Amino acid sequence: MTHRSVHDIVAFCQGLFDDLDFTYAREWKAAQPGRGVIGFMPIYVPREIIHAAGMLPLGILGGGADLEVIHGDAYYQSYICRIPRSTLELAVTGRLDFVDGMMFPSTCDVIRNMSGIWKLLFKDKYVRYFDVPQNFKDEVGGVFYTFELKELKEGLEKLSGREITEDMLRHSIGVYNENRAWVNKVYDYRSAAPWKAPSAEVYLLMRAGMVMPPEEHTALMQEYIAAAEAENRPMRDNCRVVLTGGFCEQPPLPLIKSLEISGCYIVDDDFMLVNRWIQGDVETSGDPLQSLSRAFLHHSGQTAAKYEPDMKEKGKYLLDIIRKRSADGVIFSAPSFCDPALLDQPMMITRVEAQGIPYITLQFAENSGQMQPIREQSGTFADSIKLWSNA
Amino acid sequence: MSGEVTKSNSQLIQKEMISRNYDRITSGECKVSSTFVPGNLNELLMCFDIANNLPEINAIQNAMRKKSGDMIQEAERSGHSEDVCTYVKADIGMMAKGNIAPNGKPFRDPDLLLLSYSGCFTFMKWFELLREQYQCPTVMLHVPYAADGQPTQNMRDYIVKQLKDEVIPMMEKVSGIKFDIDRLREYLRKSAIAENNLVWMLEQAKRKPSPIDCYFGGVYYMGPIFTAFRGTDEAIAYYDMLRLEIEDRIAKGLCAQGLEGDMPEEKYRLVVEGPPNWTSFRDFWNMFTEAGAVVVASSYTKVGGVYDYDGFRHDPEHPLESLADYCLGVYTNRNLPTRVDMLARNIKEYEADGLLINSIKSCNSFSAGQLVMLREIEKLTGKPGAFIETDLVDPRYFSAANVKNRLESYFQMIDQKRRAGGFITGNAPASV
Repeated sequence: MTHRSVHDIVAFCQGLFDDLDFTYAREWKAAQPGRGVIGFMPIYVPREIIHAAGMLPLGILGGGADLEVIHGDAYYQSYICRIPRSTLELAVTGRLDFVDGMMFPSTCDVIRNMSGIWKLLFKDKYVRYFDVPQNFKDEVGGVFYTFELKELKEGLEKLSGREITEDMLRHSIGVYNENRAWVNKVYDYRSAAPWKAPSAEVYLLMRAGMVMPPEEHTALMQEYIAAAEAENRPMRDNCRVVLTGGFCEQPPLPLIKSLEISGCYIVDDDFMLVNRWIQGDVETSGDPLQSLSRAFLHHSGQTAAKYEPDMKEKGKYLLDIIRKRSADGVIFSAPSFCDPALLDQPMMITRVEAQGIPYITLQFAENSGQMQPIREQSGTFADSIKLWSNA
Repeated sequence: MSGEVTKSNSQLIQKEMISRNYDRITSGECKVSSTFVPGNLNELLMCFDIANNLPEINAIQNAMRKKSGDMIQEAERSGHSEDVCTYVKADIGMMAKGNIAPNGKPFRDPDLLLLSYSGCFTFMKWFELLREQYQCPTVMLHVPYAADGQPTQNMRDYIVKQLKDEVIPMMEKVSGIKFDIDRLREYLRKSAIAENNLVWMLEQAKRKPSPIDCYFGGVYYMGPIFTAFRGTDEAIAYYDMLRLEIEDRIAKGLCAQGLEGDMPEEKYRLVVEGPPNWTSFRDFWNMFTEAGAVVVASSYTKVGGVYDYDGFRHDPEHPLESLADYCLGVYTNRNLPTRVDMLARNIKEYEADGLLINSIKSCNSFSAGQLVMLREIEKLTGKPGAFIETDLVDPRYFSAANVKNRLESYFQMIDQKRRAGGFITGNAPASV
């Protein structure tokens, strides 16, 4: 264990976050012949299989606030969200030239159609649209999904030129079980003492996990918690909020900072769901593909991109998180033109209202620049909670 | 032009059929399932005597009657985002305003929500929203996206398994009728007969002049087969009659029919990608007919099923597998390279002057990627493309002047290309 300070760890993560050439991942790939990199978009792909192929799963979460989108806007109409245009900008400007393949999960129609754009524009690259079942029975959705996982495994074997054995898969499942456990520890730590682990720091720490091997990310999270614990930071009289809606296109970092500055400790969020999508450990014995399938079917989170067969269960995940984190309120924070988040939001609001839980809604794009209105809105929200609720 | 709308016999009969279905849905005399046009399982619903109510068609009907704008704003006032699909908001707004069907009678609450999740993400959220309202049985049929161009056996098996384990048992429960696969076979046999005539009809647009318009006119021709009539004797009779009507037009050497009668001359032949705008449907159509432009093929006439690309027909010998293939093959469930190939082939085979994309704000399933498609199709065909933007049923997003300007520029460009030899050359700008 190193002895870097929180400041140094966060500066390291900030450097990774700012680096739109993905130098860290490039260097990882170049360090050893035969290594490969598979980019993936939100919300979820089984990174274990990519890892088992000896490849780096690289989370592509758009170009962020600072990327100047020049070419990307020529590919998308103004009424489509920003993440595809900035992602395409990354690709057509050569920033993803080291990536051997891209995976596009079944998050929404925009991400889905990106798989076709990639096929048309980058004909030499491995492209996989990754469909997950919306039927959660083992004998129906499970059979379909296990086969999809098998196809993915075979595709990556062909691409990497190496067989992925069951033992390799089990090992990778174990690596990600540990990584997920530490992600959850960081989230628990922040919830218990949000003044010690500000959300902007936790966010950068999680973003770091998108561009580095999971083993290194796990070590980084361990280091961060130890360093944060050693810091003496003042507790503020903030309210506690759950932030939801930014599971695909990410909010600009200043937005996260603004919420906390204005008096809202973020005690849970749905950024980068990929790193805690599976609840608990995936089994490391038995058929590993079936283990991944069962974990998805029976132990994955709820989000707007996933069908909820039982109306009574709709929104339960959000209510449970609010309860678990002792949150005072919810901030529904969706990207503009995000079909899943914006179509789901009215249903979530009815659940939250029924429980008398305070909430506000706001919209952003990854390059939103004006934070003052957001700060005023969230500041008023925090004040109203402090003044009028039982918190 | 006189301004008087002229309707062909087939259009009048189509309208009467749609009206009859509304009377049935609102009668209270049968069970009703809401479901979607793409991947609809009409033949299966018929096995259980369940009537089919399609919310997209309701939104279209309300848009053409100039009612959808208020409905959408009603939904937005109740918390639905301006950014999302206006079909959904028109539906929710319609409920808030009394849920009155186009025949003036109130819709009954559906007995079943059949979520045929095929080709459109929004469908899933749409029926989750409706489920909140109606609190009725809901069954999902998840149709995987044919991302590599062709459906796989795994996808097909998954759909068949869902039909057997989820959809059919739910329909049996709701209707009290036991599933009879021979009844399904008989409906599918009838579907295939109508589908053959449908394809014949589409292919007549290869003639010069084309006797039909396959976009504005096409939506009328599609009505029976994409809604509640596929698998019925009525649909067979309708498409038989339509065939005779078109044969008569061919014999007389008529150009396609516009709103106010037959076009005097066919100046431009276009392939169109994307749904039409419904709030200004007539104005939009007139912009084409006034310019002498006929649409010889369109992707929208494939939205409820693709029959003229890879030979699909419903197959009574493999009933459930055939339903699976139908759902997998709907236009928006096909990947972008396939859509590009389909449209490029249309341009070549129908000897079109180019591709027009009507990009719809509401519909990411259609719209996301269309600018890339436009470039690819121009490259493949050498024909110029054009791009306009409107919406499905939100009147706020139809700017007649902008659309007309774009179309006029496009027609001028086609004229220039013809004078220059017909093809795009070098790096000259190809699109408007």
